[in-house]
Amino acid sequence: MNEDDQDRMKKLLQQALPPVESDSEPRGNLWPAMLRRLDARSGAPEPAGWAWFDGALATGLVALIAFSPASIPVILYYL
Amino acid sequence: MQNGESYVLNQFQQGDASAFETLFHQHQRAVYLWILRITRNPAAAEDLTIEAFWRIYHAHARFEPVRGFEGWARRIATRAALDWLRTKRTENELSTEMPAEVAANVEADPAVTAEIRLKTAMAFARLPPKLRIAATLAVIEELPQKDVASALGISVAAVKLRVFRALRLLRKDLEKQGITP
Repeated sequence: MNEDDQDRMKKLLQQALPPVESDSEPRGNLWPAMLRRLDARSGAPEPAGWAWFDGALATGLVALIAFSPASIPVILYYL
Repeated sequence: MQNGESYVLNQFQQGDASAFETLFHQHQRAVYLWILRITRNPAAAEDLTIEAFWRIYHAHARFEPVRGFEGWARRIATRAALDWLRTKRTENELSTEMPAEVAANVEADPAVTAEIRLKTAMAFARLPPKLRIAATLAVIEELPQKDVASALGISVAAVKLRVFRALRLLRKDLEKQGITP
């Protein structure tokens, strides 16, 4: 894809999805909702750094790479 | 004697709740707008602004006052928005339409039909979230690549590469649908 193609794609994308108005604001002050969130979570335990799912995913990835090194470029592509 | 701003930043870094409240009021609009640019969904942007500040509150000890608050908050907000995009992608609920009140007026090119615009928006929504964020901020919002790189925690060259890959994938998707951009 050359630069002209890229420029055409950029213009098409800008036509399809206009930018957000730079003066957009939330509907109201978000502080009360923030306070509720802080109160709700204050008694909850801190999330663990590694959930069981993260560990399982990492193990699966290591196994995949060990048994199929050819998958490394595919994994890197989707990172 | 510290000036007011650096005093607040130092107090926040030490976990002071009133300093956090001050920073929230000062930066909530900017964080909301940044997230809205990524998600293009006002309701989600409000929820994610709360989520981002919640993460900011809990990460206060890692904050470095000398580096300033805005860029740090923007990086955290970007990660929160990216997590949301991934969830929405999984749920297959990506929205291609943005409420009229938050979309800037852009003069429509008569050569680009409404159908092509819709198909382009839908194809864009199918892109991997990391590519989508880079293209949204750099191409649609036309923000400086340096700012995009900083928010994503990558180099400017990596931003350019992600934008290139996003446009290439978008073009391929459209070509499959019989649209030649």
